[in-house]
Amino acid sequence: MMRRQIPLALCFIFGVFMTIQYFIPHHSVADMQERILMWLQTLLAFAFLLGTVSLIKLHYHKIRNRADDRAYSFVALAGLLTMIGLGFFHPSHNLPGSPFSQMFLNVQVPIEATMFSLLAFYIASAAFRAFRARTLEATLLLVAASIVMLGRVPIGDLIHEGLPQATRWILEVPNLASKRGVMIGVGLGMMSTALKIILGIERAWMGGGD
Amino acid sequence: MFADKGRLSAERFGAGLVILTVTALSLCPAPAAAQDGAPTEADSLASVPSLAPPANVQVVDRDNDRGSQIDVSWEPPADVEAGGVEFYRIFRSSHPDTGFTDVGRVGFTQTSYVDAGLENETEYYYRVAAGAGEELSYSPTIGPVVSRPHWFNTERLNCLVAVVIFVAAIIIFVTWAKGGRELFIRRLPGLDEMDNAVGRATEMGKPILYITGLSGISDVATIAAINILGEVAKKTAEYNTRLIVPCADPIVMAVEQEVVKEAYAEMGRPDAYNDDDVFYLTRSQFAYVAGVNGIMVRQRPATILYMGMFYAESLVLAETGSSVGAIQIAGTDAVTQLPFFITSCDYTLIGEELYAASAYLSREPILLGGLKGQDTFKFLVGMLLILGVIAATLASIGAIEANFMAPLYSTG
Repeated sequence: MMRRQIPLALCFIFGVFMTIQYFIPHHSVADMQERILMWLQTLLAFAFLLGTVSLIKLHYHKIRNRADDRAYSFVALAGLLTMIGLGFFHPSHNLPGSPFSQMFLNVQVPIEATMFSLLAFYIASAAFRAFRARTLEATLLLVAASIVMLGRVPIGDLIHEGLPQATRWILEVPNLASKRGVMIGVGLGMMSTALKIILGIERAWMGGGD
Repeated sequence: MFADKGRLSAERFGAGLVILTVTALSLCPAPAAAQDGAPTEADSLASVPSLAPPANVQVVDRDNDRGSQIDVSWEPPADVEAGGVEFYRIFRSSHPDTGFTDVGRVGFTQTSYVDAGLENETEYYYRVAAGAGEELSYSPTIGPVVSRPHWFNTERLNCLVAVVIFVAAIIIFVTWAKGGRELFIRRLPGLDEMDNAVGRATEMGKPILYITGLSGISDVATIAAINILGEVAKKTAEYNTRLIVPCADPIVMAVEQEVVKEAYAEMGRPDAYNDDDVFYLTRSQFAYVAGVNGIMVRQRPATILYMGMFYAESLVLAETGSSVGAIQIAGTDAVTQLPFFITSCDYTLIGEELYAASAYLSREPILLGGLKGQDTFKFLVGMLLILGVIAATLASIGAIEANFMAPLYSTG
């Protein structure tokens, strides 16, 4: 019983406070809000410990159970422990040129950049699928996308001087209108969800139930 | 009240003060320089003849603030048009005659300054100097003015009214729903397909991958995704299908572990819950993508659900999911990522549908009531938008004097 009542009560109190503080500029309320946000930062710092424990436990279990993909678990754990070791035990780990910094800049950053660069190829393959003019909607999409793409590059202006204007119109009128329509719905949906959680109507976030 | 007191016009002091102090200066030796570069009477007098001071200086407590702020405004002297004034400097003291310190400097195009970091309930006096090079021309001392914190931001009154109407609409519909009134909710094909997607995974003996995006627990989209996860977990518990939930945030992971565990317990299958299936991967965006893509390629899930907030990783994830032949259902409020999901996924919940999903799946009357209240308010907002467009159009063509709807849309 108390296991649900206390989180619900805390959620209500802090939810109502964060709502009304938007309308109260007084420094005592603003200071309290800043303090609560600081608590959130403190909680986050502790939460990372949770995450690290989860990661180590998961991969340890895979290795112990001799899972088929345990090779990846070895790599993940080795990477994690190496970076923790370099961070904790190297005296100047945050200085440029330190082993920690070298590993970050020469291993992690290029790997992440590589993953990001794959996006270009995925966009090409997704565009190929989306632009197949099989339905009226897909045809409209193909035409609009062709105009926008041509209108955004210098050759578009050479093909026809109206292309950049048409591009601007597509982006600023129908595109922006639909975006705003979605955003209004999103805003109200957010408010509604927040309200339902604050009032305890929606309880799925704490596992559901009464 | 005090604000009115603060609105002491420089014009009341103008010429008389100048004449009086010029006479005094000619009779007395120059006083020592004030502390902190503050102007002395002699400084101000010496500069008067060649550069006019700012006119009509006003100092008032700042409206709708947390306190500790005073608005200083003035009108430019004639020299501005002639290119004489290069900047303005603002001086403050807690005494009308001495102790003025330089608190700010703005360019010649500006005619106001917000003095922040003040003590509340303390009297302050101000002088504004027009400057050019080394020369400064001071306005008379204006004040006293007192800064005070405010308990209500009047510029946000429209927001408060809207919130009250919104809350009232939701409470009314929830009460109706509790009373057993039938509420119509339009079909959402993506959510109707959820049962089939779970069934497909069960038949194929493959897992379901549930991805809640990169945002933290403070993002409402993530909370909506967690609400849906609870419903999905009940189905996977019922069908005895494996549910894999890789998380990008440790707090989200802790909440999701609890949600899935509770869902399994509620369905009478607590033994089927595996803590290692709801796990933390990484906070790093593309490391997360690499990890999830690796899971997709190795585990070949039959169903992949993307719910929550997504960024540039959305297409890389969805295209990889598509390449392994999974049925994919996405739901996000990230407007920029929606086209990618629509292209790569079988079903996509657009914007607010993500927030409606939990109520739609659970079919709980109270949650459906909230949904109807939300729709009613949206209808009201739509009507106000149409009225606003009409009013703005009429105002722009001169049919009416001003857009009477404008105050309704302003936010403080």
